[in-house]
Amino acid sequence: MLDADVITRTRIDEAELADEPLLIAEGLTKWYGRQLGCRDVSFELYAGEVLAVVGESGSGKSTLLQLLAGQLAMSSGRVLYRLRDGATRDLAMLTEAERRLLFRTDWGFVQQDATLGLRMSVSAGGNVGERLMAVGWRHYGRIRHEAESWLDRVEIDPERIDETPRSFSGGMRQRLQIARNLVTAPRLVLMDEPTGGLDVSVQARLLDLLRRLVQDLGLAAIVVTHDLAVARLLSQRIMVMKGGRVIEQGLTDQVLDDPQQPYTQLLVSSVVPV
Amino acid sequence: MSERTYNFAYLDEQTKRMIRRALLKAVAIPGYQVPFASREMPMPYGWGTGGVQVTAAVLGPDDMLKVIDQGADDTTNAVSIRKFFAKTAGVRTTTHTEEATVIQTRHRVPEQKLTEAQILVYQVPIPEPLRFLEPRETETRRMHALAEYGVMHVKLYEDIAHHGHISTAYAYPVCVADRYVMDPSPTPKFDNPKMDNCAALQLFGAGREKRIYAIPPYTKVVSLDFEDHPFERYRHDAACALCGATDSYLDEVIIDDRGGRMFVCSDSDYCERRRESAPPAPQPAGTDASHA
Repeated sequence: MLDADVITRTRIDEAELADEPLLIAEGLTKWYGRQLGCRDVSFELYAGEVLAVVGESGSGKSTLLQLLAGQLAMSSGRVLYRLRDGATRDLAMLTEAERRLLFRTDWGFVQQDATLGLRMSVSAGGNVGERLMAVGWRHYGRIRHEAESWLDRVEIDPERIDETPRSFSGGMRQRLQIARNLVTAPRLVLMDEPTGGLDVSVQARLLDLLRRLVQDLGLAAIVVTHDLAVARLLSQRIMVMKGGRVIEQGLTDQVLDDPQQPYTQLLVSSVVPV
Repeated sequence: MSERTYNFAYLDEQTKRMIRRALLKAVAIPGYQVPFASREMPMPYGWGTGGVQVTAAVLGPDDMLKVIDQGADDTTNAVSIRKFFAKTAGVRTTTHTEEATVIQTRHRVPEQKLTEAQILVYQVPIPEPLRFLEPRETETRRMHALAEYGVMHVKLYEDIAHHGHISTAYAYPVCVADRYVMDPSPTPKFDNPKMDNCAALQLFGAGREKRIYAIPPYTKVVSLDFEDHPFERYRHDAACALCGATDSYLDEVIIDDRGGRMFVCSDSDYCERRRESAPPAPQPAGTDASHA
């Protein structure tokens, strides 16, 4: 039996385990009845590494992300994760309580639509503080202080801590969602089109912020996007999906500069240069 | 037609057995909401259909029944339910708290300390404390099962952020026996401490929502709070204008259209008893009582 302590306690010496993958996906497959979601997707993700998953709509990127996050039941395959005590465990073998605790402390999930990832009727401070309260913080002053410092880090005026996200712009909502996910110092963040639906200048600012946070906190991240520029800026490695399968993967610069697959070549050449 | 039209206490015996099974389970798992097959009762939802079914299931011919509504014995709801059981069960009824063996209540716990010989039955409109934060029943059940109660504190956090203090004044969430978070029904938070380590058995019935839950005698009941914003009882800063009580929960009564008001005990039996036993020291009506 795994206790809460193993999931939430401070990290043990990461350097010792740096050559062990943080997350291993093995043969992830999802069928929606006779319709294929994704098939036989395998990869390894190391601590501090950002992996981009690109592909057109319907290529299975979002399905893959939902499988990893436990939001969908997979048809076959498994996901292994290295917990903070250093032991790598099959997520399906954890109890539901352990899995949920893991997802809200050691993992983050940034939704494309911020209204799904936030409590829209709760103030910004409450949104950021929720995960803290869920892991047992019971001191209002300290929760509020932590929320303020996180708002500041994601470039939201801490003065607006008591406003609900309804009064925030799209970019601010997205940044608030990021703060809400990062407040428990997770080691892995899953992002589904984090810049989708934002205008270009807001996108640039958000990407800048994400890049900085990922670097500062040593986060591992899996970013699903259809925007190759996002992949280029954020990720070290890239996985190209088509029709539910991974057709090409490698270092981001390598894949984008010298795509091997015809589909990837098409994808890269479809980007309109300014 | 035969002389007795109804079974004892209105419900048929099979229904009472079904409710008693739910009650036993509720007592065994303090604070856990047990689903039960709530029946149609000859009264509208919201008038205490859940409480009436629980009372019918625990009532015996020797019981003495008291019914209160917002602390008072003489309001429509209380009078109707008392008459209902006097007619369908033929039990004796009372307005005196200490005489009663079963007390059905809407929104108050009597001021008088309850004993091991008594059962307190609450009428509950919405039994789920997480409902306003999480609308999905499947999800709230899972949250209870896994004791994921972080969102309860989000609600209290919002109170403090907007009002400077925990402004939740009734239906103030409690944690029962260190496990389940429970809605104490819309009682004022003044009554929460009375539920803790109470000698009487406390039963909660929600008719429309089809849930029963319970606090067995001498069970730990803790009101949720923050370390730097601890739970506080609230009562109006006044004495009862009729009996002078300074320790009872007070109702504010508007007495004219020029802002005149008076504070009186919400528990009518408690107030009457005090006036009977002590020489009255009435406050002049129309002025605010000036001391706490």
